[in-house]
Amino acid sequence: MTVRTMIEAINLTLAREMARDDRVIVFGEDVGVNGGVFRATDGLIDRFGRDRVVDTPLAEALILGTAVGLAAAGMVPVPEIQFLGFSYQGFHQLAGQIARLRYRSNGRFDAPITIRAPFGGGVRTPELHSEAIEGQLANIPGLKVVMPSGARNAAGLLAAAIRDPDPVLFLEPLRGYRSLRDDLPDDLDLVEPIGRAELVRDGEDVVIVAWSYQVEVARRAAKELAEDGISVAVLDLRSLVPLDIDSLAAVVSRCGRVVVAEEAPQTAGFGGEVVATIVEHCFYDLVAPPERVSGYDVPFPMAQLEDRYVPSVGRVVAGCRRVLEVAP
Amino acid sequence: MLRTMIAARIYSTRCFNLQRQGRLGTMAPVDGNEAVVVGTTYALQPEHDWIFPQYREQYALGRYGDEVIRRHALYLAGHPEGSNYPAGLNVFPCQISLAAQVPHAVGMAWGLMRQGLAGVAVAFFGDGASSEGDFYEAANFAAVIKAPVVFMLVNNGWAISTPTSMQTAAVTFADKAAAFGMPGVRVDGCDPIAVWEVVTAARARAVAGEGPTLIEAVTHRLGHHTTADDPTRYIPVEQLAAARAADPVPTFAAQLRSVGLWDDELQADAEAAANAVIDDAVDQALARPLAPDAFFDHVFAQPTPRMRRQRAQLLELEAEGRS
Repeated sequence: MTVRTMIEAINLTLAREMARDDRVIVFGEDVGVNGGVFRATDGLIDRFGRDRVVDTPLAEALILGTAVGLAAAGMVPVPEIQFLGFSYQGFHQLAGQIARLRYRSNGRFDAPITIRAPFGGGVRTPELHSEAIEGQLANIPGLKVVMPSGARNAAGLLAAAIRDPDPVLFLEPLRGYRSLRDDLPDDLDLVEPIGRAELVRDGEDVVIVAWSYQVEVARRAAKELAEDGISVAVLDLRSLVPLDIDSLAAVVSRCGRVVVAEEAPQTAGFGGEVVATIVEHCFYDLVAPPERVSGYDVPFPMAQLEDRYVPSVGRVVAGCRRVLEVAP
Repeated sequence: MLRTMIAARIYSTRCFNLQRQGRLGTMAPVDGNEAVVVGTTYALQPEHDWIFPQYREQYALGRYGDEVIRRHALYLAGHPEGSNYPAGLNVFPCQISLAAQVPHAVGMAWGLMRQGLAGVAVAFFGDGASSEGDFYEAANFAAVIKAPVVFMLVNNGWAISTPTSMQTAAVTFADKAAAFGMPGVRVDGCDPIAVWEVVTAARARAVAGEGPTLIEAVTHRLGHHTTADDPTRYIPVEQLAAARAADPVPTFAAQLRSVGLWDDELQADAEAAANAVIDDAVDQALARPLAPDAFFDHVFAQPTPRMRRQRAQLLELEAEGRS
């Protein structure tokens, strides 16, 4: 076993999948010689060559659009969008083309495309580098949306995504690349099924439902509340599409109080979908209205203000206290 | 080639009329572009070479087999199997989003190249679609990696109501090739033999690893953009009349007649054969069964739990006659 950061886990998993299946091709902006701006693809070009690790022009519609043709030609494309906010420049290929390849061809073509993209606040990036737009993406039929919260599940879920016959958006929290670590087996032989949430901390009084880096925030909030004798569960959704409704309903029904933590703006964010699902499945078990702790309904702010925008441990703790105040 | 052009005109006209009768959905006639599509496909090897059409070329893809028009009739009938060309038929589904198929063609060519497979990818798109970013991004990269692609830009003078003068200030569309570092060729798109020649050369260049070619095929629109369009609102009547006078189908027939390669008997036989194919294709398309919950198929390889629940709900309502 070796302690690995999330970025190391991603890098090693890409290498492992490329070695396992020679149809896998990695491409995007600066993924080759530079090894990716975060080093996610570091060393891959030396090991697998320029034909399988390809620096593309700066053209997101091209990166996403060629993935469609590559998949139809029998390859397994793993394109990188350098920052998720840049995907707006290829959104029509994502929503209008990649997501519909299987459907439009009425099942003729598989679309085993894994689109990796970092996102999220907390590292003082310029504009359009931090946007959490997973809710917009989850509303596109035909795309799976997978959001790892640590090194272990980044490795396991990325392997599953690359092996999946459908397109998977694999969204990586850039704040967690080097700060999140797990003890991982040296051979990294991990595959975690897509579509299953994980109860990362059990508790009885309230459950925090989160994904991506907000799982780490939720864990810290749970620890802080535990000092006051409050028992907090944390459910890591891990994938938004497909959503693990059974695990979500089970823990919410048991606790009766729920806080959903996410980085995106609140209006039409995926947290709203989570709350709607909870109300649909757990209405009679709820003892308090579900609480949402999210980004605000404003564009992602400039660096000086971003800590007030991205939900902090303090805001998640406050959210939990609000739902706990409601008398049963 | 002439038989395929005649068939294309008949398929297109019949589908247009069937739309007017309410039997088929909105369609975009190929009228005027037959020589481009037919000339191109006869320069290709259908067992190796891929076609990435927009939404107008399907009627003229007879070189790839009658299955294309059978499937397209299903497509126009609103049936999901209409864009499922069976494996082995190297044609991508009908593309509504303009120029979106151009990077797909480059991806296919890239994939063929990487796997050492024979074949080129041909993307059809119009003068209007050439203003989309997808064309520029795809053409640029194809030249960088020397992908075996033929970019077939069909310039019929009009993007619905917008003339080419509002589309570009370039003298020709073929001139744009210079910026990508690939050859640009302008050809008379009403002459199938001229098209065949330039595509044969472009294909040879592509398979030799020398990279892509941009071909601008100049044609005329003989009438409607689609069944939902009224061209008399924006195309001057005399221009439409001139275009019809240069109609590539009778022009090519007259050319072949003049050298003794075509006659009334061959013409009648070609028309009868095409009418039989489209009669059968439309009859079968309109009779093809379709399950009320078919739209849940092929979104994912396996449906999500929520989709299973939605599907069960739909079928329950269906059984009660309330869907």
